[in-house]
Amino acid sequence: MLSIGLGHYLTLAAIIFTIGIVGIFLNRKNIIVILMSIELILLAVNINLVSFSIFINDLSGQVFTLFILTVAAAEAAIGLAIIVVYYRNSGTIRVEEIDRLRG
Amino acid sequence: MIAHAIVFYIFSLIAIVSAIMVTVSKNTVNSVFFLILDFISISCLFIMIGAEFLGMIMLIVYVGAVAVLFLFVVMMLNVAQQKNEWFNSSGRSSHIPVGLLVSIIIFFELIIVIGGWKYKPELLDSIAIEINTDLTNTQSLGSVIYTDYIHLFQLSGMVLLVAMIGAIVLTFRQRSGVKRQSYFKQISRDRKDGIELVDVENNKGVKIDA
Repeated sequence: MLSIGLGHYLTLAAIIFTIGIVGIFLNRKNIIVILMSIELILLAVNINLVSFSIFINDLSGQVFTLFILTVAAAEAAIGLAIIVVYYRNSGTIRVEEIDRLRG
Repeated sequence: MIAHAIVFYIFSLIAIVSAIMVTVSKNTVNSVFFLILDFISISCLFIMIGAEFLGMIMLIVYVGAVAVLFLFVVMMLNVAQQKNEWFNSSGRSSHIPVGLLVSIIIFFELIIVIGGWKYKPELLDSIAIEINTDLTNTQSLGSVIYTDYIHLFQLSGMVLLVAMIGAIVLTFRQRSGVKRQSYFKQISRDRKDGIELVDVENNKGVKIDA
């Protein structure tokens, strides 16, 4: 319990990942919260990569975390731009009212 | 060792609580604030286990850029005050218990994998880039991403460029009825367009055609 190992970090990442999944599944408010949940999921993946990289003494995990950060920033920018355009066209970003595709 | 454990538990507790608050908070602005808190505590954890560069980059990229972007969008779209409809959503809400069930199953699967997991015996031979403890974290990362991973690094720059152009193209719109300065029109203007020479007869004055 007192000596922090790889399992502790992996458990933390699993908890945050699950919270992100719950946020996507159960969100009824607006899409911005869904984007934030996706950021949480990417954060959990980053925790996994960094902790494996530290505990098995291999630097490549941190390199890939760097690239995941890049892709996450690009994804957030594009997603928010799409949300802004959708709000301008339809006046709402509530999840329940975005049903144009009848999904 | 004990101090390490205490700091780990404090930061991970803050991270988990703020992650929960991101999803259940009533106000979207509060969600963004808790997202910032989450990123800060996770980057503290990164710095604590020895990935200082990534922790600092996380602070700069997420707290400095992405979270502020979220705040801007929340501010622009006027969606901050919307009533919370967690669990009491009207009408077709049958997906909520299913979603909770699936999430709990995913969590237990992850926990089972973490609990019953071992290193492969030949793992230590397959390490790609061993961490050199004489160098700082930033130095060793820099010596790798500019040599071995240079193509991926440049490709990630291209991804950022495409994302930037895409965001600008998506949100750009031409408003009608706004007067704009046209350099081409200004430069290609002739003397005849602006000035007219009129012979004025005596005692008649000039009649101006509007």
